Amino acid sequence: MSPEFKHRHLLGIESLSREDILTVLDLADTLLEISERPIKRVPTLRGKTVINLFMEPSTRTRTSFEIAGKRLSADVINISESISSTKKGETLLDTAMNLNAMNPNVIVLRHPSAGAAHFVSEQVSASVINAGDGMHEHPTQALLDCATIRKHKGQLEGLTVSILGDISHSRVARSDIHALTKLGAHVRVAGPMTLLPAEIESMGVEAFHRVEPALKDADVVIVLRLQKERQQAGLIPNTREYSRYFGLNSKRLALAKPDAIVMHPGPMNRGVEIEPDVADGLRSVILDQVNFGVAVRMAVLYLLVGPGGETE
Amino acid sequence: MSEKRKKNKELVEERVLLDAAGIESALDRLAGEILRRNDSRKLFLVGIRTGGVYLAQRMQERILSSARYEVPLGVMDITLYRDDIVEGLPRPDVGPTELPSELEGKNVILIDDVLFTGRTVRSALVELMDFGRPESIQLCVLVDRGHRELPIHADFVGLKIETQRDQSVVVFLKELGEKDGVSLFRRAR
Repeated sequence: MSPEFKHRHLLGIESLSREDILTVLDLADTLLEISERPIKRVPTLRGKTVINLFMEPSTRTRTSFEIAGKRLSADVINISESISSTKKGETLLDTAMNLNAMNPNVIVLRHPSAGAAHFVSEQVSASVINAGDGMHEHPTQALLDCATIRKHKGQLEGLTVSILGDISHSRVARSDIHALTKLGAHVRVAGPMTLLPAEIESMGVEAFHRVEPALKDADVVIVLRLQKERQQAGLIPNTREYSRYFGLNSKRLALAKPDAIVMHPGPMNRGVEIEPDVADGLRSVILDQVNFGVAVRMAVLYLLVGPGGETE
Repeated sequence: MSEKRKKNKELVEERVLLDAAGIESALDRLAGEILRRNDSRKLFLVGIRTGGVYLAQRMQERILSSARYEVPLGVMDITLYRDDIVEGLPRPDVGPTELPSELEGKNVILIDDVLFTGRTVRSALVELMDFGRPESIQLCVLVDRGHRELPIHADFVGLKIETQRDQSVVVFLKELGEKDGVSLFRRAR
């Protein structure tokens, strides 16, 4: 049985099938072991070039993609917003076309505008991986979240997953919702009314304006980062009040199932959306997420440009 | 296995090379040869996925009964190390590599079902080196069918046969739900 993955790009979870997602997760489970070897490198993508083009600050995701590429022996080049020519006024398209002219196999793009990865993918010959586009999607985060949940819970089918926080501005929430619902989980979202999209139920989730009912008997709790800018925009009164009503503390976590796991895409605002004792507690699998991040990105790189994978 | 079965549909069996008893006696002889040339306490068996894994398990049982020592047994998937995957063909399934103990100071017996071009063995050698530095690596195969493309030879061979390049040697194993046997196939016209 060969894994089937007939995509040239990874732009979002929305366009993936349940089988596509499971293909990535199965391969990630296998590739996890490479990161525990004495020599953490296999020659699979030798001679392939991966460009990380990050037009927004990121440490975790960029490093994770870089390590994933290097563990598969690809040559990885990092370009961040501060050193790219966009500082000199170059457009995204010009930057992408110039990079593409150097014949990379993959361009990993993070960009503040929704649709940026899709736009670039239509212009370049390289495979494009969306590493976050505005408030749209962050597919590899959702895949690593699913991989982490599957490791702890065996499967996603039938699980209740509660996503807490700023749903409106979160590409992680959007990608998570697509992935989790495709894999058969019941998804609940909870946050202040100002941070919940009006018709979020149309994505197949249950919406709550208070976290307590959303947490009841949950198997998995995903806490989203609260961006400080939301306070300046007047969407929340202040972070202290947010923490009091919406932050995940041990008392609230007690409403979830006794074996519920806690996840966070990072970077965390300790004491705002999550209390330190929960973040560092026994039920936190936040560092597992980071570990799976590398394996999932290795799997995606392998499926897009690995042996036998290239399509015309 | 499903891949093998699919392949078999397009192939016509020419002759049986080994039956179930033939495989058993070949493995008996190979186990004896391995033990004659090695200190059982330093042995480390590594089966190459998929067929080699079951042959390595059978070898481990034989060594246990004659040398009264359970030698460590590892599993190697060389997909990530292959150099012969042709673009456009279905993507090969990647399985895990599991080596249960340190390779240092060990005499590794690499076990595969069929030795053909030598490219699988080359990949396995490169992968093994990434896990450590064994004292030696020896190669044991059930069938050597010739047509090497690399300077690789087997130290222990169950059956050596002459084949045409376009023929196929298929090893059937009961662990894969088949009847033990080795057959030579040619492509259907």
